[in-house]
Amino acid sequence: MNKNSAVPRIASRHAPAHGTAKSYTVGFGLSIALTLMAYALVDRNVLAGWDLAMAIVGLALVQLVVQLLFFLHLGQESKPRLNLLTLLFALLVLLIVVLGSLWIMSNLNHYKAMTPAETETHIQDEELIYKKQN
Amino acid sequence: MSEAVQHSRHTEEDAKAMFGFWVYIMTDCILFASLFATYAVLHNNTYGGPGAKDLFSLDFVLVETLLLLTSSFTCGLAVLAARRRDKKRVLAWFAVTFLLGLAFLGMELHEFSDLVSEGHSWQASGFLSAFFTLVGTHGLHISAGLLWMGIMMVQVWRRGLVRFSVKRLMLLGLFWHFLDIVWIFIFTFVYLMGAIAL
Repeated sequence: MNKNSAVPRIASRHAPAHGTAKSYTVGFGLSIALTLMAYALVDRNVLAGWDLAMAIVGLALVQLVVQLLFFLHLGQESKPRLNLLTLLFALLVLLIVVLGSLWIMSNLNHYKAMTPAETETHIQDEELIYKKQN
Repeated sequence: MSEAVQHSRHTEEDAKAMFGFWVYIMTDCILFASLFATYAVLHNNTYGGPGAKDLFSLDFVLVETLLLLTSSFTCGLAVLAARRRDKKRVLAWFAVTFLLGLAFLGMELHEFSDLVSEGHSWQASGFLSAFFTLVGTHGLHISAGLLWMGIMMVQVWRRGLVRFSVKRLMLLGLFWHFLDIVWIFIFTFVYLMGAIAL
């Protein structure tokens, strides 16, 4: 059967999306550039502290979008966009898991900024007399 | 059944398989999210030992990152060749992808064995437990991907690009791209952020 006949086109409504050599090359080039940019920012100390951290996390998120579009072809999905919907739901769960864990743990982390020895005495104190801490 | 109807049914079945595999990948994202959260919570708990800044070499990890990124690209080219039923190119691009993946895994194991031999094993601190679990789980996925890739190459070599092998190669492609995306975040959150003084 001729692969270019009309039949696959009818079925293509449900066919998996795919890229071209060009889209892969563009995605690859952008990913390399973003990776090297993030590395250079840290290596050359262009920014510092939280500004630098925010910048490299931003670059990672841009690269996530680049790879989703150029390697996983999320942009050319036909409706209903189930892959995108599942991804957004996964991201929601992911944010709840990560941000929730960080929030709870930063509240519970009594032992922050203690040396191992201090932690030990602290735990011993806490086991004998339960004191409410602020 | 006419060939045309059969073909459209196959395409639809392939789309279903791709979606099912995508859902699996999304659940794997949640697994990695919990490991990332664990690392984020524990990364300062070094138990008096050295932290990320002193232990990791950024140049070394940059090379690892570029290897994996390139393998993701060549994997995409291999899947494109599979769609064109170009057996020679499929085998060639997957061989390149396999070697790049193997080099990545080799570098990772080298890093791990260096850390352990210098006394910084997963038993040394909460930080190192979280580090080895997160990065090791990614490495385990890479190993599984390499095994899958090896089996697929033998299958394509011996039986040619039959319909099932093309579908499987597309799923393998999804898996491999996903592992590269996870690595971007390991590179950013574990290695780059580790090198920053906050």
